[in-house]
Amino acid sequence: MNWLIAVLQTTLFVVLAPLLAGWVKWCKCRLQNRKAPSLFQPYRDLLKLTNKQPVVAEQASWIFLIAPYIIFSATVLAATVVPLIAVDLPTSASADVIVMVGFFAFARFFLALAGLDIGTAFGGMGSSREMTISSLAEPAMLMAIFTLTMTASTTNLSFAITHVLNEGLVLRPSFVFALAALTLVAVAETGRIPVDNPATHLELTMIHEAMILEYSGRHLALIEWASQLKLMLYGVLIANIFFPWGIAETFSIQALGYGLLAIIGKLALLAVFLAIAETLFAKMRLFRVQEYLSFAYLLGLLGLLSHIILEAAR
Amino acid sequence: MIAAYLVLLIPLIGIVFFALAGHREDTGKLNIRFNAVCFLATIWLAINVLNQGTIVSSEKAFLIDPFNVYLIVLTAFVGLTTSIFSSPYMEHEKEIGKLSDGRLKLYHSMFQGFMLAMYLVLTTNNMGIMWVAMEGATLATVLLVSLYRTPESIEAAWKYFILCGVGIAQALFGTILLYYAAVQIGDGENALLWSVLYENATQLNPEILEIGFVFLLIGYGTKIGLVPLHNWLPDAHSEGPTPMSAVLSGLLLNDALYAVVRNKMLVDGATHSNMAGYLMMGFGLLSFLVAAILLHRQKDIKRLFSYSSIEHMGLMTFSFGIGGPLATFAALLHMTVHSLTKSAIFVTVGHAAQLAGTQKIDQMRGLIKTQPKIGWGLLIGTISIAGFPPFGVFTSEFLVLLATMHSYPWLTLPLLVGIGIAFAGLFRHIQPMVYGERPENQKPISANLWPVMIHLALVLWLGLAIPGFLANWFSQATLLISGSTPL
Amino acid sequence: MNIEQLDFYTQAILSMAALVGLTSFLMLGQGRLLRLIFVFALQGFLLTLTTALAAYSLNNHHLYISAVLTLVLKVVFIPWMLRRQVLQMNMHRDIEALKNNTVVMLGGASLMVFSYYVLHPIVQSSSVVMLNALAVSLSVMLLGMLLMISHRQAIAHVVGFMSIENGLFFAAIVATNGMPMVVELGVAFDVLVAAVLFGIFFFHIRTSIDSLDVDLLNKLHEVDK
Repeated sequence: MNWLIAVLQTTLFVVLAPLLAGWVKWCKCRLQNRKAPSLFQPYRDLLKLTNKQPVVAEQASWIFLIAPYIIFSATVLAATVVPLIAVDLPTSASADVIVMVGFFAFARFFLALAGLDIGTAFGGMGSSREMTISSLAEPAMLMAIFTLTMTASTTNLSFAITHVLNEGLVLRPSFVFALAALTLVAVAETGRIPVDNPATHLELTMIHEAMILEYSGRHLALIEWASQLKLMLYGVLIANIFFPWGIAETFSIQALGYGLLAIIGKLALLAVFLAIAETLFAKMRLFRVQEYLSFAYLLGLLGLLSHIILEAAR
Repeated sequence: MIAAYLVLLIPLIGIVFFALAGHREDTGKLNIRFNAVCFLATIWLAINVLNQGTIVSSEKAFLIDPFNVYLIVLTAFVGLTTSIFSSPYMEHEKEIGKLSDGRLKLYHSMFQGFMLAMYLVLTTNNMGIMWVAMEGATLATVLLVSLYRTPESIEAAWKYFILCGVGIAQALFGTILLYYAAVQIGDGENALLWSVLYENATQLNPEILEIGFVFLLIGYGTKIGLVPLHNWLPDAHSEGPTPMSAVLSGLLLNDALYAVVRNKMLVDGATHSNMAGYLMMGFGLLSFLVAAILLHRQKDIKRLFSYSSIEHMGLMTFSFGIGGPLATFAALLHMTVHSLTKSAIFVTVGHAAQLAGTQKIDQMRGLIKTQPKIGWGLLIGTISIAGFPPFGVFTSEFLVLLATMHSYPWLTLPLLVGIGIAFAGLFRHIQPMVYGERPENQKPISANLWPVMIHLALVLWLGLAIPGFLANWFSQATLLISGSTPL
Repeated sequence: MNIEQLDFYTQAILSMAALVGLTSFLMLGQGRLLRLIFVFALQGFLLTLTTALAAYSLNNHHLYISAVLTLVLKVVFIPWMLRRQVLQMNMHRDIEALKNNTVVMLGGASLMVFSYYVLHPIVQSSSVVMLNALAVSLSVMLLGMLLMISHRQAIAHVVGFMSIENGLFFAAIVATNGMPMVVELGVAFDVLVAAVLFGIFFFHIRTSIDSLDVDLLNKLHEVDK
């Protein structure tokens, strides 16, 4: 039964990710006073790309060819670990939150390799920028996650969220810091403004796009899908770790239904905030991303310190 | 008790009066009269304590016991003699154009403000008010250090303000920890009163008090001038007007040491290790040695003597740190004679600087030939502060050495070496100043050297024979501080 | 004693303690003076809120007076005075390039760990819950000193000094529910006089060396040259 729910959750993740991306784009367009495309446009884009034949450069190696599949599978594996509508997943028992971060790193590694593979200048530039950002963002994310795991005394995401859920409304200073840190890191890792503009056409300002400039057809479809899935994953992490109310603790249809509604509501709200932030802020110059991420790391560290100093049992 | 209130009230009236009246012909003399009345009040207070023993005011706000009564009289006395010196001195400064009326008004009202802060530190029973008064003393004098408005004096005043301000903030943290320890054993409103704390000292939590004492030592130690927190002292003493240097050296350092020793009494009652004593010994010895060495490199005469102040305060802290009755008696005596001698020296130095027109040692020569009183005053003052018999400083330093030989024999060597180095440093600079060739256009100035002579005579008397009541107070204070008498 | 078992007010006070610590870190990274003064005012405001919350939950009325004192002094008067001076001296357009921002921030974090280590025996031996925040207050003090060390402008020094006083005030609230009223008034008076004196000083320094960069105040040496 549990495994069935796990498979259902993963499918929901994969299926709903483009919808979230569409919703974010819809909100941004409305905020910028433009007519927005339909919410289901990303599905149509993915379908269109899948039907086209991929064009691969002559110098491409096998890494270029298998990278999209690896990236997509790694992100889906990360998605199996994160509770979406229900906690108490068997996958959480076999892979904890550190493994999830490892999956992200795995996907990122192959993406960077693919960017370097063809030998174009932009690809290399994108890969090096992405690696710089992630080398600073990963410790910050781990700090924020550790605050949660130290509170719950476990790295199993399901158990951690259950622990937080069962305590009721507790105002913890460490969570305030961890939430801020994770939000900053999420923006950096998913490549949104103010770190990276996902809609830019200027190659010199690209980070994520620069690595995938050479991809087309079904390869590009898989990579796009993977990045939409990553955005949804970070959103679910923020929503379910810090505001877990509504998530199903039992496996009845009613509880699962409530869980689905709750997460859709939370993700929709987060997407609105993201759209507002993207509209309000300008993209930072690359050398300032380091300060931004150091600040995120500092917040994570402060969260950890607040936990030890202010909250831990004596 | 009225005497104590009077002692505090008179400087308060003085502040308001000088601030409102502005600078007139006779402001200097009025200042002298305020201080004289205050001095009489302190003598009355001392007689009360002599007759009744320790006085505690109603609501226990003020406490006059043998430890602080002679310090109060000393403060008033040094304040009086310094104001006698400062009256013609500041007029002369105004004549040569270094100061204006407005600044003199500030000077006189802040002088009274400083005296008020000093009396408050000494008479209060509340450790929090003691802190407020120490900070108040800093604030009262910070504008006076930069009175001449030269770039160096502004820099010195800024350094003084920041260093002492930050340092004293540490002391406030220590006081908060002390209050916390006190609140643990009940009491609430009375928890910051020293007399109450002293009675219940054994019940206070030793860990909290140890951590608190470290902060208190660092905080008040900045105001004492302990190395490495001493950086403000040479600058503030050398750039401010000379009467300011005299009171800072003579009074403020003493009061800060008094605050530390009051806290040490509480810590010793609560803990049973000698941690407070060791800390004070360490810092004291370090200050003593570093200052003695740095004396040699000085080129400004006021900086030279301010390093000498650091050295002596280090010696006193070291001696209080040793803690036994002999060492404590020696330290109490040293506080008195050092205060008298140092203020006398600064008064003489002020006159010498006016005579030579400069504060640089290289440019001051032939003082004895030009104006024998100043030259001899400087020479005898230096002899006294360096520890020559039969002056009082020799007696107290000798007692410190005895106490060290008794408790920590191996520390006697650094002490002796330090005394020797300081002696050499002082005389190396003073000797050419006093005996050198007289430059052409140096003329004698009008100078009132009575304060100097009275101070040095007192120091001589204290060196030869301590009067009965004073020795009695010293013994009682020693009993209070170290738990046994030195006899 | 875990945080879940405490009542809501204590949780809120501890959370605000953490936020006060955050404002200290934010001050460390500010290059612009007006923003620095604003974050300092924010810290004062958070402190006022904490004091008021503590007064309400402990039913201690003279903490309300302390809160009002803090509000008037640290949130309104001192930032207003500093801001006026910055604007008068035309310094609001200067940006102080902080060389080692990351190193300073990490130094600040290690100061927080250090203050926790120093106060650990005291906190362990007490049953008062709010005492956990004593480590935060000591670290606010130490971070104020770090602010003074890492900035060159004299106004930043004053903000650091006042931030040290903020930390001390917070320590008093947390450890002992406020000092006796007479001491509190004395400390507030001292802070007020210190602030006024600082203002006078800025004027003198500016007149003397024509800037407020204290690195230029270097004529006096330890050993005369």
